[in-house]
Amino acid sequence: MKHLLTTQGLSKGDAILLLDTSAQMAATQSRENKKLPTLRGRTVVNLFYEDSTRTRISFETAAKRLSADVINFSAKGSSVSKGESLKDTALTLHAMGADAVVVRHSASGAAHQLAHAGWLDAGVLNAGDGMHQHPTQALLDAFTIRRHLVGNVGEDGRGTDTSAGADLSGLRVAIVGDVLHSRVARSNVYLLHTLGAEVTLVAPPTLVPVGVETWPCRVSYHLDETLEQWQPDAVMMLRVQRERMSGGSGSFFPSPMEYSRKFGFDARRLAVLPDHSIVMHPGPMNRGLEISAAAADHPRSVIVEQVANGVAVRMAALYLLLAGTDAAGTDERNTL
Amino acid sequence: MNPGSRMPESSPPSSTDPSADPSILAARTVLGEADIARALTRIAHEIVERNKGAADLLLLGIPTRGVQLARRLAERLAEIEPAFNGEYGTLDVTMYRDDLRRQPTRAVGQTVLPGSLDGTIDDKVVVLVDDVLFSGRTIRAALDALNDLGRPRVVQLAALVDRGHRELPIRADYVGKNLPTSRSERVRVRLADVDGGVDAVVISAASTTPASMTPASTGESGGAR
Repeated sequence: MKHLLTTQGLSKGDAILLLDTSAQMAATQSRENKKLPTLRGRTVVNLFYEDSTRTRISFETAAKRLSADVINFSAKGSSVSKGESLKDTALTLHAMGADAVVVRHSASGAAHQLAHAGWLDAGVLNAGDGMHQHPTQALLDAFTIRRHLVGNVGEDGRGTDTSAGADLSGLRVAIVGDVLHSRVARSNVYLLHTLGAEVTLVAPPTLVPVGVETWPCRVSYHLDETLEQWQPDAVMMLRVQRERMSGGSGSFFPSPMEYSRKFGFDARRLAVLPDHSIVMHPGPMNRGLEISAAAADHPRSVIVEQVANGVAVRMAALYLLLAGTDAAGTDERNTL
Repeated sequence: MNPGSRMPESSPPSSTDPSADPSILAARTVLGEADIARALTRIAHEIVERNKGAADLLLLGIPTRGVQLARRLAERLAEIEPAFNGEYGTLDVTMYRDDLRRQPTRAVGQTVLPGSLDGTIDDKVVVLVDDVLFSGRTIRAALDALNDLGRPRVVQLAALVDRGHRELPIRADYVGKNLPTSRSERVRVRLADVDGGVDAVVISAASTTPASMTPASTGESGGAR
């Protein structure tokens, strides 16, 4: 693996390798000394054109736990505000010798452009590009699902993860909410499908993207019906992305109250689900809109654990992208 | 050096069939099943003798074959010293290696400490167990990995085969067999519970590796450096 840009087309073998490596990384994070020397001397640049708290901090933590040097770059307060293009920024990073670039950008495809335009020879990790993909979020969601529903770590997440090498076949995941604006939903649909899980998207018709029929999932417009009849093992709530809804929330649904009644997740809807089911949210949460406080803080909510797993998953991604020789080195080992 | 920590599942038992691999046609078995068993029994006695018992003893095997050797040593120690509980652990050194950037990405293995330890190795007598001691670089990585887990009272090293050619100032405390080799030769340890077939230590003169072969997958020591 040279880049991690999308979960669409990620092979099942690579996905399981990423999850297994994440499990090993997670095991090192319960030690007193959490730092590993593995990427000492490597430089990881966090190139963030969009605001982010947890993803940037998560990548920064992951890189530091592997002893890489981290340079944080946010568009605000940089030459981007003077009009510098992505290309010129990339050439600057190349000149400074970045080994990996973690990029978040509001334009879909920005990460792909950065990886394949020839501006950089660093590995590129997509940390969210527009409404396209957010692969490490999907991987941490899949990792959390696997730990809980395959690995039997128990409700407090402290048990031993026995899921190494396993996929998610037979599990049902409902992804609920603002699918239209969600790169998390897109990444999850493809990754969970690759890993063998069944996915149903639940959203009001206005928040279902055009072309969804080509995705490997089902679509429902009714949350209650899906929860009662389909009995999902995991429910993933999506944030209503009001900043991407031009003209305020009124243009996609009549009122926040109505959205909350029809598509918000609360304790009543949680009670309908099977006892082993888990509730997920990629954060940041709009409490009271897509998820109620009672559901978000419920023992079956794994939202805080998702954040912790994010560090392990990003350590795994950085390790697999940076630790070995370049892709051409596959045959080299035999001659060394 | 133990390249076997790379993707243990990728070692097909069929690779032990000499007819499938022309490079080991000239292979010579230097230790058979009974020799390996005797060597391990002797090492177990030496461990107890050197440490005056098995108090605070912790066997840590280095994947892949070191783990199975540690398990066998633990069984023997439990027979010799009834006070010993037969536990052993696994120490993965992948993320501490000094050759990560010279090799394709290795899969990270598992580090497992016996449950009775409560996650710490402080003040234990740690015996590292590996199959072949060669350059010493794997053991250097293991010492770094141990350092991150805690502060053992003593660290000792047991190796089934010491083939020489050290590149670092490291020696083994317990050796199954000293095997004088040339650098171009390859020493392979095959264990029934990892590779199938019968236990054996095989030495072969192969200096070049066919491109189709994955040297690290057969527990050999010499080709992959």
